[in-house]
Amino acid sequence: MNWPAIRAIYVFEIARTWRTIFQSVLSPIISTALYFVVFGSAIGSRISEVDGVSYGAFIVPGLIMLSLMTQSISNASFAIYFPKFIGTIYELLSAPVSYVEIVISYVGAAATKSVVLGLIILATASVFVPLRIEHPAWMLLFLVLTGITFSLFGFIIGIWADNFEKLTIIPLLIVTPLTFLGGTFYSLKMLPPIWQKITLVNPVVYLVSGFRWSFYSVADVNVYISLAMITGFLVACLAIVAWIFKTGYRLKS
Amino acid sequence: MNLPAIDIQGLEKTFDNGLRALDAVDLSIGRGEIFALLGPNGAGKTTLIKVICGLTEASAGDAWVAGHHFRREFRQARMRIGLVPQELTTDAFETVWATTRFSRGLFGRRRDPAHLEKVLKDLSLWDKRNSMLMTLSGGMKRRVMIAKALAHEPDILFLDEPTAGVDVELRRGMWQVINRLREQGVTIVLTTHYLEEAEQMADRVGVINNGQIMRVESTESLMQSLGQKRLTLELAAPLDAVPDTLEGYNLTLTDDGCALNYHYNHCEGAEAVQGLLRAVDSAGIRLHDVDTHESSLEEIFVSMVGGST
Repeated sequence: MNWPAIRAIYVFEIARTWRTIFQSVLSPIISTALYFVVFGSAIGSRISEVDGVSYGAFIVPGLIMLSLMTQSISNASFAIYFPKFIGTIYELLSAPVSYVEIVISYVGAAATKSVVLGLIILATASVFVPLRIEHPAWMLLFLVLTGITFSLFGFIIGIWADNFEKLTIIPLLIVTPLTFLGGTFYSLKMLPPIWQKITLVNPVVYLVSGFRWSFYSVADVNVYISLAMITGFLVACLAIVAWIFKTGYRLKS
Repeated sequence: MNLPAIDIQGLEKTFDNGLRALDAVDLSIGRGEIFALLGPNGAGKTTLIKVICGLTEASAGDAWVAGHHFRREFRQARMRIGLVPQELTTDAFETVWATTRFSRGLFGRRRDPAHLEKVLKDLSLWDKRNSMLMTLSGGMKRRVMIAKALAHEPDILFLDEPTAGVDVELRRGMWQVINRLREQGVTIVLTTHYLEEAEQMADRVGVINNGQIMRVESTESLMQSLGQKRLTLELAAPLDAVPDTLEGYNLTLTDDGCALNYHYNHCEGAEAVQGLLRAVDSAGIRLHDVDTHESSLEEIFVSMVGGST
């Protein structure tokens, strides 16, 4: 293992966050705080409890998941897309670095950032609504697994994208709608029966449900199914990344 | 065992669009040598470097860097190489120090501020170490790219068109940098399409065209055989024939009798020209103007290709 290289890339990526602190940390915190003010306090106070949890507290796990997924994708995709765009990727490709090391450092840095961000949002949320975390180990497991998986997904998008539009189109057109329709703001039990079935094809449902279970022990689907889904998605992303490096897809001519 | 710095055997690259960029390239470059790859645009110079450094996949063939196979032992091979690409690509918001330190780590070396300080001082960048790259001039950025390539103490440095788009003063500065590296024992492979640059810098020159290495020889012998020059003496009054006193110079008179052409070798240089001018003067011939013409790389290629068919 080329540990100095892993460290160099990791430190470089974390340093980039400090340079763009407003974009990377403050903007997701502010937007999440706005959700709490509007949905948690203003509207939430008129909504009755969901599964025995106040509405403001109910949406916290979903909102953390929303930030975790979108930030993981944007961090990782930008990290690999930008060197391709400005040409500095030459150094990475000519370095004595294996593909495993490239993935560990880029995805590790992106996942670190989004997990830290998730924890900051959790702390912010606790200011607005009363929170309890009944299964902290599971909570951290879901946080880390989702951070890694969606950072891998972002890494794939960053390699696939050959312009800025492609870089944003998947997060905008697929991930955001799936998150909003994935039970972030409601329990599946509130839906008409037919939609309760249809919505199960949305993978985000399982993540939000499992994550919410770690807080309040209430879930739309069994927590082990949630764990299996996120693990399955992780394995799929790893397989695609392995294929990209094996073929040099969009990296080498 | 004194292995060559670079050993290339049967290297080929055909792009997806069918373009054959490298055609069975065999090449051996010795340690401590300055080797110039000379060829016109699109000849395959950059592709050859990219294949060895891992930026482009070879279609066939092998290469060894200091005895390490470029694919099977890519770590050992690439740790020996520093690459300065043709395009100026830098992270605009990084400082000189941070980007150089990053390069050292990326190539698997432990932190060594003393070495980085030496590299930056050698390249006259030490004062700029805390400056962001976006604030530097083009010439400085190119030196930063050399600093990045030298940060991990490579034995072999690839310089792809090091003086492209660089003014005369900076070009001479770059040559000085290269000379200092030679003194430190670094093997240098540079690409250029300036004959003059190859002549100034290189111990040996490899001429490449259409993906094929056409000849490899010492710079001196290449210049002797290829560097033809022509001196045209435009006469104040036309002549009917070349005067007898100038016969030893092998002059040709143009059809209209208004100019004399003198062909001489690049290496004969000023001495031959001075001798001729003295002889012309003593023959009482008055000159209207003087013009010299050097065979361009393109003309050289035409003559080489013409000679081989």
